[in-house]
Amino acid sequence: MLRVKTPQKARARRALEKRAPKLIETGKKTLILHGMRTSAVLNAVLSDIYHLKKESAVKFSRRNKDVCPFENGGETSLEFFSHQTDCSLFVYGSHTKKRPNNLVLGRTYDHHIYDLIEVGVENYKRMDSFSYDKKLSPHVGSKPFICFIGEGFESVEELKHLKEVLLDLLRGEVVEKLNLAGLDRVYLCTAISANKVILTQCALRLKKSGTVVPRTELVEVGPSMDLVIRRHRLPNVGLRKEAMRVVRDQPKKDKNIQQDTLRGKVGKINIPDQKVDDTKYFHTKVGDSYVPHKTKGIKRERREAKTRKEEKEGDENASKRQKEDTE
Amino acid sequence: METDTTAFQIDLGNLMAVDLHHQFPSNPSSREELVKEYIARGTELVQAIANNLFNLPSTEDIEGTLVKLPAPTTRLPREKHIPKPKPPTKWEQFAQKKGIKNRKKDKIAYDESSETWKRRYGYDHANDEDNVPIIEAKLTDVPGEDPFAKRREDKKKRVEKQDKNRLQNLKQAAKVGALPSHVQLAATRLPITGTQAATQKVTKDELGDVAGIAATATASGGKFDKKLPGEKPGKHKGKYRKFLPVIGGKGIHTQEQEQTDKILNKLISKNSHEMLNVNKAVNMYNVKKDKKRNNRPDKSSGTPGQLKPRKNLQKKPFNKGSSKSFDKGSKKPFDKGSKRPFNKGSSNKGRK
Repeated sequence: MLRVKTPQKARARRALEKRAPKLIETGKKTLILHGMRTSAVLNAVLSDIYHLKKESAVKFSRRNKDVCPFENGGETSLEFFSHQTDCSLFVYGSHTKKRPNNLVLGRTYDHHIYDLIEVGVENYKRMDSFSYDKKLSPHVGSKPFICFIGEGFESVEELKHLKEVLLDLLRGEVVEKLNLAGLDRVYLCTAISANKVILTQCALRLKKSGTVVPRTELVEVGPSMDLVIRRHRLPNVGLRKEAMRVVRDQPKKDKNIQQDTLRGKVGKINIPDQKVDDTKYFHTKVGDSYVPHKTKGIKRERREAKTRKEEKEGDENASKRQKEDTE
Repeated sequence: METDTTAFQIDLGNLMAVDLHHQFPSNPSSREELVKEYIARGTELVQAIANNLFNLPSTEDIEGTLVKLPAPTTRLPREKHIPKPKPPTKWEQFAQKKGIKNRKKDKIAYDESSETWKRRYGYDHANDEDNVPIIEAKLTDVPGEDPFAKRREDKKKRVEKQDKNRLQNLKQAAKVGALPSHVQLAATRLPITGTQAATQKVTKDELGDVAGIAATATASGGKFDKKLPGEKPGKHKGKYRKFLPVIGGKGIHTQEQEQTDKILNKLISKNSHEMLNVNKAVNMYNVKKDKKRNNRPDKSSGTPGQLKPRKNLQKKPFNKGSSKSFDKGSKKPFDKGSKRPFNKGSSNKGRK
């Protein structure tokens, strides 16, 4: 036997609708968590990543026992967290003797692991170890520039993969309109060897150049770290194909346009009331006449006086204002 | 500069630029030089993006210049699957077949009874069936049937039917995975065969209770039953009886003693007011006294007689030899004496 269960409150309904799959997705949320053991470096890395992505990230502060994304069965709790927090990107930090300062970056599709890449963190410099003019510091949630430098990003498989994951992680929300005054940060990813990438954040300074395009200048604001690639797992071919499906833009429905055999294309234009009077607010139009709303909380004498007054004026009121134009 | 920009791959939608031709020296002399180099290279790349970005058609706003970005060219995987289209409901299928089209109804309808315009649905709506004071009798009316109750019943049935249809349609949608995001289909408890009631969901605790009760069917109370993986031991309501050792090491046997003492004390203290019933004691004393008093006249006459038979008894063996001489005289005292020893014996027993 089944029973229909719907949320009791509108807020719960909205929350569910927010999580539902959408035709056009705008941004992904990031889950930041760590395993049973972490190092001071890793803690700082994770909190810095959280700061960079503050508006669209969830950070877990407790240790997580059963998370080992690369192993069989170790992804279960991670998938559960992804479902729980509605995050489809994750950054998992762990520190072991075999793999010190280990970061696992990954993505999920439909709350199932899509792909994984494991990197070690070296030469880490904290955000607050950089000294620069604080006026330049990037604002929370601003759209970043992302630069990839180095031929490894095309030739080496792992780096190609890392590039895609980093782009997904760092690009922020997909926007249609961009405010040029809000551009203030740049992520630089530099492949210095086949398995090493330097990731750093810079502030952007726009200087006048005399033309429309300003002269750009970068100031390193950190954090800066070397990512050494360890293990990686590419998505299944089938899963990848499904996840990469693109929605064709559906044509917008034209409202109030009709085809007429005699007149051709006919459009309907609604013109709002020109005269400002109470009739509009206290009446509902039925056919050609107005019907008064029965408003609660008005004393009877006043209500009666009002209806009497309206009856006098009622006939004078203008009827439906609508024009039909032929094109 | 321009030759460089053509060498870059630029994705304006993501504000991304990729330089695939730059090669770093395999052994950089120092970290600082490396940093300088990639920042210089990064500046070039950002400049290349900016060149494209600032030349896009723009609109001025209070907050700054707004630029319409093109769609990103780098394809990234989706977060969730593309929402599936909802399958048509049974009615929609039927309407499609018959060519029935939805027509919009006015929000307001004409109310026949009050001859005014009222809202079509909701509170105080037009042509409200429930709000009719009089229903005219018809020839087809069944005698003894309440037409108002019938209307209510009919409406209830219609609502139930609609709910059933809705569930059916939702089930179909769930099959395709196109259930609306705010709707969940929750399983309910199966009805016990032969009854219509009880379709509520079973809670976790209730299931635990049922499992605990079922476990008591075995002699061990389910202790040695095979458990499913992850199954918890059945809940046992009530206390287990425990026996403490009567003898044993120091302190252990005293526990048992204490326990019995405790119970005993409890019982005694409960009945302590009955231990000495003063009235009863006084009564008993009085009764005894009375008895004594009643017995005294007999005893006072008897006591001298008591001695007599003894004397007689003692005398009897002596007298046996000379029976003739004491025949007449011995008869009376013997009779008296035969009674008295009995009395005396009983009284003696009572005193003991």
